[in-house]
Amino acid sequence: MELIKVEQLIKRFDDLVAVDRVNFAIEEGEIFGFLGPNGAGKTTTLSILSTLLKPTSGKAWVNGYDVETQKSQVRQSIGVVFQDPTLDEELTARENMDIHGRLYGMKHRREKIDALLNLVELDNRKNQLVKQFSGGMKRRLEIARGLLHEPRILFLDEPTLGLDPQTRNHLWDYIRELNQKKGVTIILTTHYMDEAEKLSDRVAIIDHGRIIALDTPGALKEQLGGSMIRIESHESGKVSEKLSGLQWLSNLNAHNGYVDVTLQNAEKRIAEVIKALNDVPVESVSLQIPTLEDVFLSYTGRTIRDQEASARDRIRQRRKAARR
Amino acid sequence: MKALSAIYTIWYRNVLKYFRMKSRIIGSLGMPFFFLVIIGFGLNSTIAIPGMQVDYVEFIAPGIIAMSILFSSMFSGVQLVIDKQVGFLKETLVAPVSRLHLMIGQALGGATTALMQGILVLVISLFIGVNLPSISGILIALLFMFLIGLSFTSVGIAFASRMEDTHGFQLIVNFVLFPVFFLSGALFPLDRIPGWLSFLTYIDPLTYGVEGIRYGMLGVSQIAPVLSFAALGGFLIAMLLLGSLLFNKIKI
Repeated sequence: MELIKVEQLIKRFDDLVAVDRVNFAIEEGEIFGFLGPNGAGKTTTLSILSTLLKPTSGKAWVNGYDVETQKSQVRQSIGVVFQDPTLDEELTARENMDIHGRLYGMKHRREKIDALLNLVELDNRKNQLVKQFSGGMKRRLEIARGLLHEPRILFLDEPTLGLDPQTRNHLWDYIRELNQKKGVTIILTTHYMDEAEKLSDRVAIIDHGRIIALDTPGALKEQLGGSMIRIESHESGKVSEKLSGLQWLSNLNAHNGYVDVTLQNAEKRIAEVIKALNDVPVESVSLQIPTLEDVFLSYTGRTIRDQEASARDRIRQRRKAARR
Repeated sequence: MKALSAIYTIWYRNVLKYFRMKSRIIGSLGMPFFFLVIIGFGLNSTIAIPGMQVDYVEFIAPGIIAMSILFSSMFSGVQLVIDKQVGFLKETLVAPVSRLHLMIGQALGGATTALMQGILVLVISLFIGVNLPSISGILIALLFMFLIGLSFTSVGIAFASRMEDTHGFQLIVNFVLFPVFFLSGALFPLDRIPGWLSFLTYIDPLTYGVEGIRYGMLGVSQIAPVLSFAALGGFLIAMLLLGSLLFNKIKI
């Protein structure tokens, strides 16, 4: 069953198109990841799905309800963990949960609150003020709170942003557990490759407001045509030139001093590649098993980090425009 | 039913936080206390209020109660900016409740805490020489105190809806709160003042609140209580509408 369906969604801010003709559908029980640089339109898409922003045009349904005309039903069906914290830090963990339960009109809150705080291992701190919590604890509390009213769908906007690696791993375990044990459909946005890859059943790669690829992480990587050999050289132009004659390369891509060639059986052919380079000076050669970063690169010709710099500029301009 | 529970939730959060901040409760009693004791007793023997058989301390006590409610309620409303900044507002806006109910809950919460603050000042004033009013007098005073609280919490919410950060607080204190307080006839009688000043006091909504409390506490006032009630009630409705309108337009 499709829990979320989006058709030709567009969101424009003045002259910036944040979401550009986006279509997708999410099945019940999936963990669906939006991967892309900051400013690519992930949060905007999520805001539309959670009824906080009106789309400029297009349609979206959540749990069968229209996000524009059936806001209240949509809101009851979803739990949202925003990118920035939304806790009342002057209240305790319990009180934050309790207020959430009341807002969603829940009658028997107490046991559910205890069970969820237990699940995220905060049960021994439930009467502590949230301002004494670490970043990871706050995130866990927000996830528990988002689940309190038993939504079928949980939105997680950059769930592990700014957390240390250990805490991130821990959170990933929770998210998987929620999905498997409670059957909650999860939609997350991230600009971390590893997060999208390890958590998601399917990934939508989004850039400049458009979905440029959508599939399982495995299938996306297979499209790349094998593993990659990365050659670092000051004369990357010459490297490309020498290698372009090789018949069995499935792809060749030069960017900031690197030349990436993709090929099947890369580990067996690495010697031949080096031989073909002849006397072109080379700093290093490495073999890389493909990641989603490579998928992004192959579609956009840039790495996510490159994209972030330009996206930040766009966001800055947008803020300026909004202030006027 | 759902609407009531949403309004109650937001009200409950405000009251819960009020009782948690003991230092703020005590702190905000400081100014009214000093006004009552120092200005009240300082001028008590120098000033006689023409046409009223009351001491100056008694005369200003209702004004000082109104002042503490004014400041407390306005700040409760403006607290919304902080909810915006720390993100908590998003949590409430994404819940399946209407914005109107959120706004009403916030306004009632602010009015309730402001009323409690006003009651504390009322009790203090009884200790320093104001005669205990009759039961009906107290009820009338409480009614006007609540109306002031609800009106100015709404004003605060209206301001907060348009503000992005707390930088505007000082501006509001100096250009809204102080003029509204000083022009209200809290400290001086409304007759025997120059015409331009008289005009300003009569368009100040707090004047009617102070006069209403004064009628309740002292049994005398310069503006008829029914008129005060009508004027303050009208102001309240206008501010509730303005507050909900602007709250409804908040973008996140």
